[in-house]
Amino acid sequence: MLNQYPAWKYLVIIVVLIFGALYSLPNFYGKDPALIISPLRANEMDKEQRAQIEQSLKAANIQFSSIELTGEKLLIRFPDSESQLKATDQLNPLLESKFVVTQNLAPATPDWLRSLNAKPMYLGLDLQGGIHFLMEVDMDAAIKKEKQRFVEEIKVTLRDKTIRHAGVTLSQDIIIRFRNDEARQKALTLLSGSLRDLQISEFEDNGDPYLKAVLKEEAGVAVRKAALTQNITTLRNRVNELGVAEPVIQQNGDRRIIVQLPGVQNPDEAKDLLGATATLEVHLVDERNLSVQQYVENGRAPPGTRIYYDRRGKPVLLRKEVQLTGESITHASSGFDSRNNEPSVTINLDSRGGSRFDNFTKDHVKDSLAVVYIETKVKTKLVDGKPVKVREKIEEVINVAVIQERLGRRFQITGMDSPNEARTLAILLRAGALAAPIEIIEERTVGPSLGQDNIDQGFNSVVIGFVLVLIFMAVYYKVFGLIANLALFMNLVIVIALLSMLQATLTMPGIAGIVLTVGMAVDANVLIFERIREELRNGNSPQASIHSGYEKAFATIADANITTLIAAVVLFSFGSGPIKGFAVTLSLGILASMFTAIMGTRAVINLIYGGKKVSKLSI
Amino acid sequence: MFGLIKNSHIDFMSKRKYAMMFSAVLLLISVGSLIVNSLNFGIDFTGGSLVEVGYPESVDLTEVKSALATKGFDHATAQHFGTSKEVLIRVSPREDVSQNDISQQVINALKEKSPEVELRRSEYVGPQIGEELTEQGGLAMLYALIGILIYVTLRFEYRFSIGSVAALVHDVIITLGFFSLFQIGFDLTVLAALLAVIGYSLNDTIVVYDRIRENFRKMRKGSPLEVMNNSINQTLSRTIVTSLTTLLVLIALFFLGGEVIHAFSLALLVGVIIGTYSSIYVASSVALRLGVSKADLMPVQKEGEELDVP
Repeated sequence: MLNQYPAWKYLVIIVVLIFGALYSLPNFYGKDPALIISPLRANEMDKEQRAQIEQSLKAANIQFSSIELTGEKLLIRFPDSESQLKATDQLNPLLESKFVVTQNLAPATPDWLRSLNAKPMYLGLDLQGGIHFLMEVDMDAAIKKEKQRFVEEIKVTLRDKTIRHAGVTLSQDIIIRFRNDEARQKALTLLSGSLRDLQISEFEDNGDPYLKAVLKEEAGVAVRKAALTQNITTLRNRVNELGVAEPVIQQNGDRRIIVQLPGVQNPDEAKDLLGATATLEVHLVDERNLSVQQYVENGRAPPGTRIYYDRRGKPVLLRKEVQLTGESITHASSGFDSRNNEPSVTINLDSRGGSRFDNFTKDHVKDSLAVVYIETKVKTKLVDGKPVKVREKIEEVINVAVIQERLGRRFQITGMDSPNEARTLAILLRAGALAAPIEIIEERTVGPSLGQDNIDQGFNSVVIGFVLVLIFMAVYYKVFGLIANLALFMNLVIVIALLSMLQATLTMPGIAGIVLTVGMAVDANVLIFERIREELRNGNSPQASIHSGYEKAFATIADANITTLIAAVVLFSFGSGPIKGFAVTLSLGILASMFTAIMGTRAVINLIYGGKKVSKLSI
Repeated sequence: MFGLIKNSHIDFMSKRKYAMMFSAVLLLISVGSLIVNSLNFGIDFTGGSLVEVGYPESVDLTEVKSALATKGFDHATAQHFGTSKEVLIRVSPREDVSQNDISQQVINALKEKSPEVELRRSEYVGPQIGEELTEQGGLAMLYALIGILIYVTLRFEYRFSIGSVAALVHDVIITLGFFSLFQIGFDLTVLAALLAVIGYSLNDTIVVYDRIRENFRKMRKGSPLEVMNNSINQTLSRTIVTSLTTLLVLIALFFLGGEVIHAFSLALLVGVIIGTYSSIYVASSVALRLGVSKADLMPVQKEGEELDVP
């Protein structure tokens, strides 16, 4: 019998429909007022902290509907924005300087949907307002810095082995001049063995022996990569400080970073923070005066010393002289101490800092050293209605350790509680300052009013365009038109579900893509229905017309859609943010329409007409 | 059964000379305008700053301009955007000012005159981005065309693929010409729209080609010209219905989608209309002109297999 579908095809359609309905559903729930509590720097959100927060909220009689740990952040939902505000006031002093409390609107997806991992689409900046930065890392500066480091390293290595040279200079490459060939040969063997990132070759100029050291290609790549990842880490740390609910910090190409700050309205403030400089200082702990608390109480430190605080707020008395600054740190990595297997951070210093530190520590074995983290932020504040740049300095002791032996250019800090903390410290030391200068090359700010306008207009145009198409199809193709409309609706549901599952960002061009898909999704049905009409005109029976209409239209639909997909794939692979969004929705729409417009409509038509004697089709 | 077009027998191909002339005139105007006027590139391509501000009430542009001029922004352009309450201010790149501070300076200058002005949107694009974009955009267009050329050659025949690409180039140039002639802002979204036009116009062309191929195989008699006429007529009602539904949606986008996608929907509107026309006239007449014949489209006969012609 013609026009009957096997049961499994209906099953497939039903399963896809249920799937689509489930995963598009989260987009139709509202949002809960919520707080996001994210740890700053080396702090960690653990059970204890969570219990403390819960206790504090309960003690203040603030209602909250749920509290959950998502990754490193704590998300607390509230029944209304009033309790959200109260909780902010309650928690801020409690968590100050260790955690950032951010107000947010969390999607009110019910638990049973969340357990299926169904989440709503993420709204792009053009829809919710916020700032978008595209930053470019100055790679030439990063490479130059690395070469400069090697110049220092070469000088020290040669000095250590008392190989005489007549100067190390840096132009495009590193040039070392020697007085005689013997010294050069010694240097060549030594340097080639120890500095594997350099390609070292000999040359003569005016009869003088020279060595030329070129940074190897792969080493250059590694330096660029490190500069990029390090800047991303630094920026991430700083964005956390800004208290943005859902920031995006993402690599873009091999030298660019995208930073998106939804909800942030003042680009100047954001720029100041992202451009902040951070550094480290090492001070000697003042151990003559044991009772620090005493000095804290009377507010005065003995001459030549100063009271600092550590991350937990414990005061430490330090000598004022700076023994080492972060500028001398060339690298920091975490690991384990070889003697006692304690977590440790290994710090590398440049030659100047190294020899200074070496001299200093040999006189202070068994004394305590403190590492102080210093960050200078520039903030623009309004004073008497005028913006004034204010510098804010944060200083905190991140580590105190006893000097075990004379330290050189490379030393270890131990005394951390966990490998995790060591890792964080190493990142901090590296991420303290930006590895290479960054430049903002693109900046887009969308105010909240425009974002809301965009949502309203986008929604309106989708709905109206959709309804117009529905009316047209129903009038023009009658029952078949209604079936096509059903498929169109299914198509929309599936596209939204797919976008939500991919956690795609919905932007204005994305909405345009959906709208366009609606217009084009009808095409497949138009092709089929026109074919059926043609077959009917040619005097075929209704059943035969349906059958051959679908069959003949299929190849055309496939060809047409594949070519459009080619265009969409090209769009995707070349495009930046907004164009990508458009390409994704367009491609998903085309794929979904192949399913709904062919299989979906056929299933319904078979249900209505299949296996019966039909004298006339309503088409 | 109710239809816009029933069993049409329009002799499209005999009028192809006029169509060619029409296309030639449009192309000439477009290319001429592109050479003379170029495109009104947005800051996505040129680099620079753009600030959209909202006033609580209608605002006079001269007022905005004078407020800007007092702060040294006399080279800035201001225009109403959507309604008379919103103003779009463009500042072209200048060497003496740090570009990425301009938006803040502009809004500060405006706030001095009318404190209730609100920042709706600001954009800064560095000059290096624009250059890349132009290059990438051109490349994307080229890659898309090559991809299509290959696919159509594989599925149909090389003359068809030349015909379809000719139609696409025709559509893109005329749409660009439209934007150049009326100096409508050409930004990133318009570029996306242009690529979507390629997809759409191609869709139309392929449907017609598909029918031409089918008819070549089916109709034993009939010159290529007759076959093409028949095919276009047979697909005409589909072509018109689909264009109509797409246009319905685009019109909704154009009028209700807001200023930000105005240019985007306009590009698509123009592109879809031109694309519909070109799939009827340009794509088929080029293939015909190149001498496509029945033999070129017969399925390849495999050894030991009966030729499957109904």
